Amino acid sequence: MHCGLFFSNYKDDERVWKTRFVRIWLGIFIIFLLAVPFFASKYTLYIMNVIGIFIIGAHGLNLLTGFTGQISLGHGAFMGVGAYASAVLATKLHLPFIVCLPLAGLITAAVGLIFGIPSLRIRGLYLAIATMAAQFIIEYAMRNWTALTGGSAGMLVPPASIAGFSFDSDFRMYYLIFFFVVLATIYTKNIVRTRPGRAFVAIRDRYLAAEMMGISLYKYRLLSFAISSFMVGVAGSLWAHYVQIISDEHFTIWLSIQYLAIVIIGGLGHVLGAIYGTIFMVALPELLRIPAQLMAGHYPSIFAIFNSLRDGVFGLVIVLFLIFEPDGLADRWRVVKSYWKLWPFSY
Amino acid sequence: MEHALVHFAQLLVAGLVLGSVYALVALGFVLIYKSTGILNFAQGEFVLLGAYVCYWMVVQYHIPFIPGFLLTFVVMSIFGVALERLALRPMIGEPVISVIMLTIGLAAMIRAFVSIVWGTQIKTYPSVFPQQPVHFGPIAVSQVYLWTFFLSLFLLVIFIFFFKYSRVGITMRAVADDQQAALSMGINVKKVFAIAWSVSAVVSAIGGVLIGNINGINIALSSFGLKVFPAVILGGLDSVPGAIIGGLTVGILENMAGGYLDVYFGGNVKEVAPFVILVIILMIKPYGLFGIEEIERV
Repeated sequence: MHCGLFFSNYKDDERVWKTRFVRIWLGIFIIFLLAVPFFASKYTLYIMNVIGIFIIGAHGLNLLTGFTGQISLGHGAFMGVGAYASAVLATKLHLPFIVCLPLAGLITAAVGLIFGIPSLRIRGLYLAIATMAAQFIIEYAMRNWTALTGGSAGMLVPPASIAGFSFDSDFRMYYLIFFFVVLATIYTKNIVRTRPGRAFVAIRDRYLAAEMMGISLYKYRLLSFAISSFMVGVAGSLWAHYVQIISDEHFTIWLSIQYLAIVIIGGLGHVLGAIYGTIFMVALPELLRIPAQLMAGHYPSIFAIFNSLRDGVFGLVIVLFLIFEPDGLADRWRVVKSYWKLWPFSY
Repeated sequence: MEHALVHFAQLLVAGLVLGSVYALVALGFVLIYKSTGILNFAQGEFVLLGAYVCYWMVVQYHIPFIPGFLLTFVVMSIFGVALERLALRPMIGEPVISVIMLTIGLAAMIRAFVSIVWGTQIKTYPSVFPQQPVHFGPIAVSQVYLWTFFLSLFLLVIFIFFFKYSRVGITMRAVADDQQAALSMGINVKKVFAIAWSVSAVVSAIGGVLIGNINGINIALSSFGLKVFPAVILGGLDSVPGAIIGGLTVGILENMAGGYLDVYFGGNVKEVAPFVILVIILMIKPYGLFGIEEIERV
């Protein structure tokens, strides 16, 4: 009887879906996700759409932070660049959505590179500081470049439409976002199996050794940063066309921190980690509302401090995760899975 | 012409005062970076907490200002040690990314704590310094400004000597230079870390109290922690004199940009100017004025 997975050649070992069992379950899961909008409430659907958009951005940040070992504190603003780029292209130049989306990604990548290039040349954590500066400069531009962004009043964005079909409801948007989430996940999963992905991991683990093996540090760090900003820009574009009104208040440093928290809590360097992390981080504040509402009867003042309380809990969750579960949810999932695989015969 | 000159001088003075507080906070930041290698994103929250602790003692418990100020040191140094012991020590050996994220998490917690306990409105400090301004020719400078400036300078000089001559200061430099070597020379590295965190918390708290005397305090005080980054990048991440010069320069440039460029960019240039400076420095001189350039050859 088999009591484990054994591969006798590299081809098998590199498969994305290692067993038929996994493939069947995944198929069932995807069919389930496709069916969800037919019986989910509008609120659930909204939460799921938000999760989907954030997963795309989180995959991007995970490539940079989890696989290449560089921190970005500017992904919130980069998402904003994607959103505003898409909005400006759609409203001022009247380009169709199908052109706006990739262009928004490219513009975001270009803006990211302006800030990233100087700090990617030197080693250490300078990218974290440079992207933080980028965050504040971009935020300032979004607020004060009134001619382009509408200033603090924000911008109205038309809903996404492809070939005359308009994605103007939560229900329709769900499928569009779902398509891009699947695309982003497949892309991330595959890029880490190819040369660039292996180069990223080599740079993360020991950059000197990587350079000796002929991997150009500069080129691959730059590539990783560009891909990462591109993905978060696409997420921003989807966000703009989904909520249909954007303002600078959404893309603060707080959003950047949330993105980082997502990839760390999910598990750095696990493709699925970005997904688990996003679900956790988006669902957490929603779940916190429940005890707040229960306690509101006794302590009516709780709603006044709810926002501070939520941020505090958010900080606490990050700290506790880092101290007690540094490898994130993805690793915990793997441990639990391997425990049950051979249960109750654990050896 | 005369008027323009006075305007310039006033911007310069205000910038120097602001810059001296930046220098203090940057000093706290460099202390931690130098000895433990951690980029502390919670530095601004130390400023915030320090300012509120002092406020709490002086206004709510009616302790006179000087003892209250000194008690704040005690509270903040205990806080620093506790932070190191409970949160940072479990992170030894973890990747740098996690440690940075941990300080961000702590920052969120401290901010939430302050806004739950003291609310988010601006609180005014009781005026400790005399009100009437001192006149230097045509320029009027309030006494708070003078006190802030000279107290900061005094502390900064003290710290330069502390690092150069005191035993603790020397062990801190040793740990920063090479942890392994420091350990084998019998230096208690854990103790050095604890000292670094508590001293950094105290220094930042002083900055918080001083700025509280000028502007009053509210939750936005924590943004000081972010303005520190331009200062330390300009001075070099691991240099104490660099932090001081960087802090003063950023303070002056920020005020000048606010005074002269607001007209062209539609307001609030002050907020963003330090970060533009940061990016420019990273482009032309990434290790700052006094930072150690790391050269590696394979």
